[in-house]
Amino acid sequence: MSELAIDREIDRSKMQVSDEIAIQINGMNKWYGAFHVLRDINLTVNRGERIVIAGPSGSGKSTLIRCLNALEEHQQGQIIVDGTELTSDLKNIDKIRSEVGMCFQHFNLFPHLTILENCTLAPIWVRKTPKKEAEERAMHFLEKVKIPDQAHKYPGMLSGGQQQRVAIARSLCMKPRIMLFDEPTSALDPEMIKEVLDTMIELAEEGMTMLCVTHEMGFARQVANRVIFMADGQIVEQNEPEEFFNNPKSERTQQFLSQILGH
Amino acid sequence: MSEQNSVAFVATESIPPSPPPSSQVGAVKWLRENLFSNWQSTLLTVVSLLLIFQILSTLLPWVLNGVWTTSSLSECRDVLQGKFGACFSVLTERWNQLLFGFKYPSDQYWRPTLAFVFLLIAAAPVLFFDLPRKMLAFTVAYPFVAFWLIWGGTLMAPIVAFLGCAAAAYVFSAYGKTNFALGFIGAIAAALVVWSVGAVLIPEGANDSAILEHVPSRDLGGFMLNMMLGVTCVSLSIPLGIALALGRQSNMPLIKGLCVVFIEFVRGVPLITLLFVASVMLSYFFPPDATVDLFLRVVIMMTLFSAAYVAEVIRGGLAALPKGQYEAADSLGLDYPQAMRLIILPQALKISIPGIVNVAVGLFKDTTLVSVISLFDLVGMIRGPILGGSAEWNGVYWELWGFAAVLFFVVCYGISQYSQWLERRLATDHR
Ligand SMILES: Nc1ncnc2c1ncn2[C@@H]1O[C@H](COP(=O)(O)OP(=O)(O)OP(=O)(O)O)[C@@H](O)[C@H]1O
Ligand SMILES: [Mg+2]
Repeated sequence: MSELAIDREIDRSKMQVSDEIAIQINGMNKWYGAFHVLRDINLTVNRGERIVIAGPSGSGKSTLIRCLNALEEHQQGQIIVDGTELTSDLKNIDKIRSEVGMCFQHFNLFPHLTILENCTLAPIWVRKTPKKEAEERAMHFLEKVKIPDQAHKYPGMLSGGQQQRVAIARSLCMKPRIMLFDEPTSALDPEMIKEVLDTMIELAEEGMTMLCVTHEMGFARQVANRVIFMADGQIVEQNEPEEFFNNPKSERTQQFLSQILGH
Repeated sequence: MSEQNSVAFVATESIPPSPPPSSQVGAVKWLRENLFSNWQSTLLTVVSLLLIFQILSTLLPWVLNGVWTTSSLSECRDVLQGKFGACFSVLTERWNQLLFGFKYPSDQYWRPTLAFVFLLIAAAPVLFFDLPRKMLAFTVAYPFVAFWLIWGGTLMAPIVAFLGCAAAAYVFSAYGKTNFALGFIGAIAAALVVWSVGAVLIPEGANDSAILEHVPSRDLGGFMLNMMLGVTCVSLSIPLGIALALGRQSNMPLIKGLCVVFIEFVRGVPLITLLFVASVMLSYFFPPDATVDLFLRVVIMMTLFSAAYVAEVIRGGLAALPKGQYEAADSLGLDYPQAMRLIILPQALKISIPGIVNVAVGLFKDTTLVSVISLFDLVGMIRGPILGGSAEWNGVYWELWGFAAVLFFVVCYGISQYSQWLERRLATDHR
C-alpha cells in the first residue's frame, strides 16, 4: 500500500476529544456459524475521536464496524452507541442507524434515484423533514463535498470519487453524530482517493466522531488520534498514531506495518 | 523519416466540415448495405420478396373482395358469385355478440362500453406516472364503478365492497407500521367483517328494484369477458406476486414455507385444472348455501396462478440486486417497508418488467381457456353459438378466428410496446 501524501495543513482547532462516551463495546463476541470472527472486543470511543482500524484481510475489521449499526448481529457482549444499547429490539436499531452514518467500499448509492433524491430520501422518510428543507440541506452538503452541480444526475453518470463523496453527503444529510467508514477509498484510483480523503479530513476538522477502516496510513498518521490494529478477530494493539507507527509493540503489528509500508 | 513525423507539430489552419460522399448517404446506400451486400443476401432478399408477394396476392383480394352486409354465409356466396373473397358479414351481424356475449341485455351494451372507456382513464395514471397524481383517486374508485356498471343491481353491493376495502386499508395503515403481520391479518379480518355485515344488511331482492338492471355473471361473455378477466387478474396478481416473492425471502420460516409451497404447487398444476376446480369443486370449500359467483371463482384461480409466476419473476429481480442496496437502505435507518418500497422494489421491478409483461400477455391469452368450463368468452362465443349453434354462419372459420387473433394481437402488442417504453423511461443507470 502506498502512503498518499496529504498536502495541506490540517486545522486541529476543533478536533477535540471530549469526555462524553460515543460508543462503548464490552466483551463482544461474534460467530459466523462455528467461525469465531470477533473475539472479546472491548472498546470505548469518546466523542470527537478519529479512530483508524487497520489489520490484515479477514481479520474482522468490516465485521466489527458493521456490528456498530447492527448490519451484523453480535451474539455476546454489549454494544452501546450514543447511550442506546444494541439489542434485537428493532426500535433501538432504527434509532441507532439514523444517528450513525456509514460509507461503504462500493458506495452503494441508489442507482434509480438522482443524487439529490439519494440525499433527501432518508431525511424525508426517516426524519420526516419537509421536502424543501431536506433539499436545501442536501444541497448544502453536496456543496461541501464539492459536487452541487451534479445534483440532478444519476449515480451511474458520476466518477467513483464523486460517487463516494455523494455517499458521504448522503450520510451527512441525516446529521449523524458518528460516522463509520469501511474502506471508503479502496475501490478508487489515486486522484479520486485524494478527493475523498480531503472530504474526510474536512469532516474530522469539524469534530465528527469517526471510525474508519482504511489502508491509507497517511490519513491514519495525520488525522487519527488512535489507531487500532486487529488480527484474527482480536484487537491486538491500539495506540496514538505516532507511537503506533514508530514504536509498534506486538510482533503481529510490526509484521503488518513492515508489509504495508514496504520497509 | 521525413519532417512530418517530427515530434513537434502545430496545426496552421482549421479544417471546415464537409458533407459525406454521395455513395454514403440516402436510400441507395441503405439498400446496398442491408439488402444486397453480397450474393447470399441478394438471394435471401429476392426469396423473401417473392414470399411476401405470394401471401399478399392471396390475402389482399380475399380482404378487398370481402362482403360485409349479408345475413348468412349462403348469401355471401351469392354475392361473391364464385369470386375469392371473405364473408365479413358475420362480424358485422354478430358484432355485439362477439364483444358482449349472447346473453347480455342488448339495451344495456352502453354499460360495459362506458366501463371500458373509464378503464382507459383509470389505467392512465398507473401506466404513465408523469400524469397528475390526483387522477389516482379515480383509479381507486374505478373497480367499484366498473363493477356496478357491468353487473348493475343494487348500489349497496359496490358500496359495501368499497367500505370493506377502506376498512382494510385503515386497519393496515394503523397497525401495519408497528407490526406488519398484525396489520395484514387485521386488514383481511376487517374487510371480511364489513363484507359479511354488508351482505346481511342488503335486503333480499334489492337487485330487482335497482337503477341499473342486474346482469348475472353467467350472462357476461364475448371479448368483454376476456378483457375483464385479463385486467382483473393481471392487476391483482402483481401485488400478490410481490407479496409472495417477499414472503419467499422472509426469514420467518413459517411465512417462507407457506410461500414456497404455494408457488411450487401452483406452478406444477396446469391452469385448466385450476379452472375446472373453480367451476365445480371450489363450492365444496364454501358453506353449502353460499353461492360464490363463478366469475369470482375464475378470477381467484387465474390470479393465484399468475401470481405464482409473477412471484418467481420478481424473485429473480430481487436476487439480481446487490446486497449493498439492502445494507445502504438499512444503514440510513429506513425500516423494512420503506426500504422495500423506496429502494428495493423499484429496482427489482424494473429488472422484472420483461418477465412480468410476459406473464401478463400469457395470462391475457389464457383467459380464452374459460371457454372450456362453458363460459362464453370470445373463443367460447365463436366456437359455440356462432359457428356451432347457427345455421347461417356455419363454416366461416377464417373470418372469425382471424378477427379473434387480431383483437388479441392488438392488445398484446400494445402491452409489449408499453413495456418497452417503460424500460426506456426508467433507464437511469448509465453503465
Ligand atoms: N457472511 C459471512 N459468513 C461467513 N463468514 C464471513 C461472512 N462475512 C465475513 N466472513 C468471514 O469473516 C472474516 C472477517 O471478515 P471481514 O469482512 O470482517 O474482514 P476484513 O477485516 O474486513 O477484511 P478485508 O480487509 O478483506 O475487508 C473473514 O474470514 C471472512 O471470510
Ligand atoms: Mg472489509
